[in-house]
Amino acid sequence: MCVCPGPRRIGIPVRSSSPPLFSDAMPAPTQLFFPLIRNCELSRLYGTACYCHHRHLCCPSSYVPQSHLRYAPHPAYATFCRPKENWWQYTQGRRYVSTPQKFHLTPPQVNSILKANEYSFKVPEFDGKNVSSVLGFDSNQLPANAPIEDRRSAATCLQTRGMLLGVFDGHAGCACSQAVSERLFYYIAVSLLPHETLLEIENAVESGRALLPILQWHKHPNDYFSKEASKLYFNSLRTYWQELIDLNTGESDDIDVKEALINAFKRLDNDISLEAQVGDPNSFLNYLVLRVAFSGATACVAHVDGVNLHVANTGDSRAMLGVQEEDGSWSAVTLSNDHNAQNESELERLKLEHPKNEAKSVVKQDRLLGLLMPFRAFGDVKFKWSIDLQKRVIESGPDQLNDNEYTKFIPPNYYTPPYLTAEPEVIYHRLRPQDKFLILATDGLWETMHRQDVVRIVGEYLTGMHHQQPIAVGGYKVTLGQMHGLLTERRAKMSSVFEDQNAATHLIRHAVGNNEFGTVDHERLSKMLSLPEELARMYRDDITIIVVQFNSHVVGAYQNQEQ
Amino acid sequence: MHVPEDAVVSSADVALALASAASQNGVQIYDRTSVVHVMTKKGEVTGVETDKGQIECQYFVNCAGQWAYELGLSNEEPISIPLHACEHFYLLTRPLETPLQSNTPNIVDADGRIYIRNWQGGILSGGFEKTPKPIFTEGKNQLEIHNLQEDWDHFEPLLSSLLRRMPDLETLEIVKLVNCPETFTPDMRCIMGESPLVKGYYVLAGMNSAGLSFGGGAGRYLAEWMVDGYPSENVWELDLKRFGALQSSRTFLRHRVMEVMPLLYDLKVPRWDFQTGRQLRTSPLYDRLDAQGARWMEKHGFERPKYFVPPGKDLLALEQSKTFYKPDWFDIVESEVKCCKEAVCVIDMSSFTKFEITSTGDQALETLQYLFSNDLDVPVGHIVHTGMLNEGGGYENDCSIARLNKRSFFMISPTDQQVHCWAWLKKHMRLDSDLILEDVTWKYTALNLIGPRAVDVLSELSYAPITPDHFPSLFCKEMSVGYANGIRVMSMTHTGEPGFMLYIPIEYALHVYNEVMSVGQKYGIRNAGYYALRSLRIEKFFAFWGQDLNTLTTPLECGRESRVKLDKGVDFIGREALLQQRQNGVYKRLAMFVLDDHDTDLDLWPWWGEPIYRNGLYAGKTTSSAYSYTLERHVCLGFVHHFSENTGEEQVVTADFVNRGEYEIDIAGQRFQAKARLYPVASLYTHKRRKEDVELSDLHGK
Repeated sequence: MCVCPGPRRIGIPVRSSSPPLFSDAMPAPTQLFFPLIRNCELSRLYGTACYCHHRHLCCPSSYVPQSHLRYAPHPAYATFCRPKENWWQYTQGRRYVSTPQKFHLTPPQVNSILKANEYSFKVPEFDGKNVSSVLGFDSNQLPANAPIEDRRSAATCLQTRGMLLGVFDGHAGCACSQAVSERLFYYIAVSLLPHETLLEIENAVESGRALLPILQWHKHPNDYFSKEASKLYFNSLRTYWQELIDLNTGESDDIDVKEALINAFKRLDNDISLEAQVGDPNSFLNYLVLRVAFSGATACVAHVDGVNLHVANTGDSRAMLGVQEEDGSWSAVTLSNDHNAQNESELERLKLEHPKNEAKSVVKQDRLLGLLMPFRAFGDVKFKWSIDLQKRVIESGPDQLNDNEYTKFIPPNYYTPPYLTAEPEVIYHRLRPQDKFLILATDGLWETMHRQDVVRIVGEYLTGMHHQQPIAVGGYKVTLGQMHGLLTERRAKMSSVFEDQNAATHLIRHAVGNNEFGTVDHERLSKMLSLPEELARMYRDDITIIVVQFNSHVVGAYQNQEQ
Repeated sequence: MHVPEDAVVSSADVALALASAASQNGVQIYDRTSVVHVMTKKGEVTGVETDKGQIECQYFVNCAGQWAYELGLSNEEPISIPLHACEHFYLLTRPLETPLQSNTPNIVDADGRIYIRNWQGGILSGGFEKTPKPIFTEGKNQLEIHNLQEDWDHFEPLLSSLLRRMPDLETLEIVKLVNCPETFTPDMRCIMGESPLVKGYYVLAGMNSAGLSFGGGAGRYLAEWMVDGYPSENVWELDLKRFGALQSSRTFLRHRVMEVMPLLYDLKVPRWDFQTGRQLRTSPLYDRLDAQGARWMEKHGFERPKYFVPPGKDLLALEQSKTFYKPDWFDIVESEVKCCKEAVCVIDMSSFTKFEITSTGDQALETLQYLFSNDLDVPVGHIVHTGMLNEGGGYENDCSIARLNKRSFFMISPTDQQVHCWAWLKKHMRLDSDLILEDVTWKYTALNLIGPRAVDVLSELSYAPITPDHFPSLFCKEMSVGYANGIRVMSMTHTGEPGFMLYIPIEYALHVYNEVMSVGQKYGIRNAGYYALRSLRIEKFFAFWGQDLNTLTTPLECGRESRVKLDKGVDFIGREALLQQRQNGVYKRLAMFVLDDHDTDLDLWPWWGEPIYRNGLYAGKTTSSAYSYTLERHVCLGFVHHFSENTGEEQVVTADFVNRGEYEIDIAGQRFQAKARLYPVASLYTHKRRKEDVELSDLHGK
């Protein structure tokens, strides 16, 4: 998660009439840590700071958390964020009144939490005869926010070849990430469609015939689509393809995937913005489109078609390729750039896009206008619209919007909007047989684990036993007993892997439960997962992971064909 | 169990010995010569095309082991021989400190899934693991890819169980782990016999890792088969024709052999169904029945309902349900049987093999009269039960034939007859005849309406009169049922209960089923499965081909003289043998045994194959058995022989001989008294509910 929480959002827990429920649920080490909070900037703690501190308790020497750099001090909001003695008092006070909570989760309970959102899709094949370069994918998410603000999507394009996969990290609510997760793939698919297909679809709509299906979704039952907005979304999409039809010069039907991805991202963001400006006669929808526009979401989307892999990224989620070297070891290849303050070229871009006198205010404390962590995102019209437009929309909007101080709040030093764009950076990669899998994940994962570890854990998980060199006796003097010992050892190594049937779940288990030795510590995992809703967000962020597995045989065959 | 005569032979040495013996008798052996394909002409083998030229021959035996499948397919008219190889590992060690002697017994530890034997003073130990590795799925070209490596990780469970059983072997030094693929078949029985398609093309393959033990016997039967036209024992269970092209999918075989191989060391329980390679052939009603709790068994690839688990009732998990005692479905089948007896049930029997035989002239009748023992020159609309006999008078098939019109017959045979019966008919049809033989199995869904109220259900669905006056037993009429026209309704069941068989063109199946179920509601209709059917038919002494009857049993041996018309004026196949048998008497007689002192709840159940003792002497084996819910006893069917006390020679069995014996059935070493009967219990046919037994609940819909 990457937003600077609006002052309101931070204020709420402090001013809330009911005390937060953390005290008795906290394990001893975290209680020790509370006094530290008072001296810290709260927004710094949002995300991983707590987590890192926790680690600090375990192994002080390694305590140089990256997040120190990423979450700069933020004196401007200190007043909102300093919980002062309140927090401590609550914790103290609660101690007397509450009954002790059962804290430890059993391994099955841990598993049921971890597996609640897991989803696997295998590209249909019949006994090893598979023509797709994608074998399938595993995905999962672990909420920290309540409700979770991350979203994920996966779909197969039906009118063109290829598969779309994406993770979306929402901020200031889940409305925008939800809308993007429902709509973005349609925009991409439409952008990829040849002119005749567009015409065919438009004619079908016009004459009331059955429509060609465009996407085959692969959804977990918890991944819902909004029924109410479906009509509105369709109309916007249709307007888009009508324009595509009109714009068609009839020159060539060679569709550039990169261009299609960029157009789709920009168009959807534009539609989100327009829908909020126009409003809707239905009051529910009207409020919905406004919530979508005023919240934000990053997106990291992969399009795989044969050996052609495009990753379009907006924001700070990340796409990582797992490459198996010839010696069987794993290395990580990053296929996206984070759009945040750690990215020099992004800083450069922002400075160039705004007048010189804003050079200091455009990025402050590593945040856009001192507020927003990602430098690119969907929605977030507070960083895109003119002040006039914002005021006008809010005033004419429903009361709920007017009462929300976050939406009303205009960012400081807001002179030359827009400050934010949804335009993605697209990276192309041609798949090679050694590219075994692709991980798409929100920053909740990358904050807690190094990319190299992520790739190694998934790689070892996916290849399972196979990465172990087969044993051959040839020539050595080996007794049955020695061989048995060796084999038992190899088996034990594998059994921990078999606990999970889903690579994403396996990764989350590591991300949340890893101890300083890089192995999953059940006690730690259990503590992290039993944090009450209100606290979970302080220790970890929403984590959403998609692991796409490639079929090396098919990729190899493509390569041979073209040689 | 210690077998002192147990021996170890080397397969290579045996093969060499056989080869040199054969050469001495003039057999020519071509080394390093590969068969390209087998040449055929007009459905007969004429020679073999090899990479070194052609060899003319009349007979060809495909014993290509794991390549038999491929060799079969290489024919112009492919012959499907369903088998698939799995990797098989065994371990060789250096000698023990005191080397093992050659008289060391072979040891099998079925729980540990391993065998252990002496090998040059050390041990040779392998096993049949729970997770086999199928190999060569894609055929011979894989030979180069897989260089059959040792796979120690795969062998680990077997090694563990070896060291658990014999911890002292720990210090033995390994020589190597051998990977030597073995071939398995879809039902763990080997494959032999003549191809149904090409005359003179024989097969002997798929020995399921027992090639050396079975080789001698299998070779003898095959030789008899080739020389005499049939083997001296009933080998239907091993006959290539029990399979068809439908078991030939590589994917099916790959999955099935993974289940078959571990079975070698598993406890094999009665009524066990394979779990892999299922749902291949299904009735259009499959989903409907499945949703109503159907549990399925498979025959010749076809899914058939065993019984229907009522909502809210839980059965044991698959592994726990394995038993030789009273099974968990007992009560379920009881209520289905009761419903068949008192109300009406519907059983989906679509799996039966259905042929239509038509001709322009009288050839159809002529051919059938020649092939079948009963008189088929009956008025149109009649149904005839008849055997399809071989020269020895034995049953090649037992079927029901309806005369649809003067020149057209509809023939219903057991499910697994699809290939065998077809081949038999083809073989005996004159090549130049204008007879049209069509396999219509797939065209019809068969529903059996069974029970006293079946007639009421059917009457409501049709305007055609159904009463016994208009529609007597063993008649076939084409009529409409519900909206659907052209349904073949037959006033017969396969159990002896009153009822009808409906042969429904598949597109009407769902409609007819729905109508039957909705109309039947007020008569208490419910679904029933094959287990209920089995109980019903066995208590009524109905023998089934493939279980009780086989190629070596004649109609006279099972009390079916009435189905043989020796005087019908046609010299049908087997007539000569039957005439002789009628004169000389029979040497075995099918009887029905009702167990007297058997406790259904506590004693082991009879399943089949239990020894029958007459006056304390062995007299034969049971062929099938079931619990009769009406007699409240177990009923077994089986053949009574008369072995001479002195010579052991078989003697004539008369009805008197059967009736005057005191019988016992031996179930796993415990003998139970049984009453033998040559005819069914009459009261079963006149079963009426007594007035005082009627309950209020009988008025409820079921």
